[in-house]
Amino acid sequence: MKNPLDSLWGTIISGLVLTAILYVIVKNFLT
Amino acid sequence: MDLVPVFARWLHFLAGVMWIGLLYYFNFVQVPALKAAAADGTAAGITKHVAPRALFYFRWAAIVTWLAGAALLGANFVNAFTLSKGYAGIGIGAWLGTIMLFNVWGVIWPNQQKILGMKPATDEEKNKARRVALLASRTNTMLSIPMLFFMAGGLTHKAAFGL
Repeated sequence: MKNPLDSLWGTIISGLVLTAILYVIVKNFLT
Repeated sequence: MDLVPVFARWLHFLAGVMWIGLLYYFNFVQVPALKAAAADGTAAGITKHVAPRALFYFRWAAIVTWLAGAALLGANFVNAFTLSKGYAGIGIGAWLGTIMLFNVWGVIWPNQQKILGMKPATDEEKNKARRVALLASRTNTMLSIPMLFFMAGGLTHKAAFGL
């Protein structure tokens, strides 16, 4: 599988996905 | 009015803009520009005159941003880093920023020194350093997206987190 960090769009999409995952974790488990 | 948080927040923003601004400059401008410049033999201008200056402000702005952020957290520093109730949002932002700081000083800067000839390195070591520095820089760009979301919303946008 290609590393998403090899492209700028892959990097941005990875950042957005990570944001969503962390938001769900904070909202449901850490508040 | 307590002046420490006022000036800490101001400095945190000023240095943070410089740090993340230069991070985005490297990823969105310099890396693609170097690829194009290598093709027509003009890359030396960037690597010799631009990159070292940009890296200087980049790595020191990272330190100032972190220290000003720590001062801004003040008595809540431990609450944030232990993700205590009510501090998880800003705590996640603080952890992401801290990981990014270590990435700058522990991975990007040592590898850039090899790439730019500030440290002795063979061609093979330079090629490896280029790959490691690029991925570390891209990792920080990726981490900056949730980092800014949680930094901007951690303590103030309570509705988003139901705090």
